[in-house]
Amino acid sequence: MTAATETTTATPPGASTAPRPGRTPYAHLRIVPARHPGRWVATAGVAVLLAMVVSSLVTNDRWEWGVVAQYLTWPSILSGAWATIRLTAAASVVGFALGTVLALMRLSRSPLLVGVSWAYTWVFRSVPLLLQLLLWYNLAYLYPHLSLGVPFGPEYLWFDTLGLIDKFGAAILGLGLSQAAYSAEIVRAGILSVDQGQQEAAASLGIPRRRQVTRIVLPQAMRSIVPTAVNEVIGLLKGTSIVYVLAYGELFYIASVIYGRNGKVVPLLIVAALWYLVLTTLITVVQYYVERHYAKGAVRTLPPTPLQRARWSAAVARARLTGRPVPDHVPPAFAARARVGVLTRTARTSGGPA
Amino acid sequence: MTATVTRRPTANATTGPAAGRVEVHDLRKSFGTLEVLKGVDLTFEPGTVTVVLGPSGSGKSTLLRAINHLEKVDAGFVTVDGDLVGYRRRHGRRGDVLQELKEREILGQRTRIGFVFQNFNLFPHLTVLENVVEAPLSAQGRPRAVVEAEARELLARVGLADKADARPRQLSGGQQQRVAIARALALRPRVLLFDEPTSALDPELVGEVLEVIKDVASTGTTLVVVTHEIGFAREVADQVVFMDDGVVVEQGPPAQVLDHPRHDRTRAFLDRVL
Repeated sequence: MTAATETTTATPPGASTAPRPGRTPYAHLRIVPARHPGRWVATAGVAVLLAMVVSSLVTNDRWEWGVVAQYLTWPSILSGAWATIRLTAAASVVGFALGTVLALMRLSRSPLLVGVSWAYTWVFRSVPLLLQLLLWYNLAYLYPHLSLGVPFGPEYLWFDTLGLIDKFGAAILGLGLSQAAYSAEIVRAGILSVDQGQQEAAASLGIPRRRQVTRIVLPQAMRSIVPTAVNEVIGLLKGTSIVYVLAYGELFYIASVIYGRNGKVVPLLIVAALWYLVLTTLITVVQYYVERHYAKGAVRTLPPTPLQRARWSAAVARARLTGRPVPDHVPPAFAARARVGVLTRTARTSGGPA
Repeated sequence: MTATVTRRPTANATTGPAAGRVEVHDLRKSFGTLEVLKGVDLTFEPGTVTVVLGPSGSGKSTLLRAINHLEKVDAGFVTVDGDLVGYRRRHGRRGDVLQELKEREILGQRTRIGFVFQNFNLFPHLTVLENVVEAPLSAQGRPRAVVEAEARELLARVGLADKADARPRQLSGGQQQRVAIARALALRPRVLLFDEPTSALDPELVGEVLEVIKDVASTGTTLVVVTHEIGFAREVADQVVFMDDGVVVEQGPPAQVLDHPRHDRTRAFLDRVL
């Protein structure tokens, strides 16, 4: 190890030819890199632990990987995963739409609007989600019929509560309304993070109030809203598993029904876990691109996406193999770094998500 | 107290109506217990350039912000070409009253009074062109094709024709302030207020911004400039106003106020900044 490092050590540019006396007294000396023994010990330790985990996963046949593989694409599991996606999407839309309204109410100058928004957040953040879900599901007990009409006046449209709020409806209400309480705070924090001068500038230009919010303030607030909001959406995705108390056919409920029948508890929990992992990964990828979109203007130049980086590296490699010039769509800076042969290192270090 | 100010020839007809007379009457404003404006009376004649000087905390910025109603004053009023800013005179049941305008109406009035901030306050998420066209489109509802053509002309005038698609963070401070001036001009204001437009800039970038302001001054828009650039005041101003401690101490042509100040406070201030 030591010998290898020492022989491959790069010599400084000045000493690439024979040592030239008289330039600097150090030009002909070899540079010995610093050693990091602690890092090597830690790496070795973790490598051993990792090997133990992998080996146990492979050798312990109680994991029943065959069963996992069999149920991973089982039709009812797929429909459960789809139901989870639908629940997450609908509850996110309800949660963030209502949350934005609540945040704007909280920032308004009307004390009643501020108070109502504050009280909403207070109540919905304080009551456990499980309890809220069961309450919404039992709404028909409190109000057997719902109607549309003039407040305290005549009613025009009648609904049967049970027909209107089914399991899916109750789940959306429960998840969405409680999510709104959290989203409201996230959106409010985002709006507060935008420089006061922005709204002042918009006001001095006579830009209408609504437009000030939608065009000037919210797009800039998104930069600090998105990371936390995605956290919430991921929390919501996993939170949908709580809907199993309503016996709604989402991923976790379906998995539990199947293991209740065939007794393969662990493999089916693994199946559900893998699907949650896949869905969370998809959300993270979407997050990367959404953040990138809202980073426009906040950074001078956007770092390349992983896809762009892969395409550019391929183009540079092809150009080098064929001896033809690097195509124009590759930025010169990227091609230049690739030419000196540090492609893999710079590709990894030249900036991740913005 | 009122100095005679020669009216500048309003040559350029493309910049809109030549009017832009601003009158400030007995303006008073306090922040908590601190009285920032203690009764300011000033007149800015159409097409003239006024430079407002004074130590920090003298109320210059508050005066400027009160003129376009970004700051609501406690007493006194501002008129632009005879129209009250922020209020309307109305016949009430018990005699005439001043009706406070709705926010939408105040926003409408602001399109006639441009404002250039010390920190530019460009919208960083929009391109330079989008910054300039935003207000003419959404506040004045003018057609996009016309507005964009005008915006490109304005950018060319401030020397940034090639930066239309850049974003503010990609520009130097001087360039950003020139965009901010183009953005204010896009509304064709009758009055343009500058709140220390060069104070946030590196010294070598001050000149380019002052050049643009000089160019705007030659077009007949009424300019009120709060600045510490005495050289600029001497060269461009028709009227110099010296403020201290919430009152106008002295006003008049630059040659008089800058070279033969009548008040000790003016003299002391000029000694410090020159």
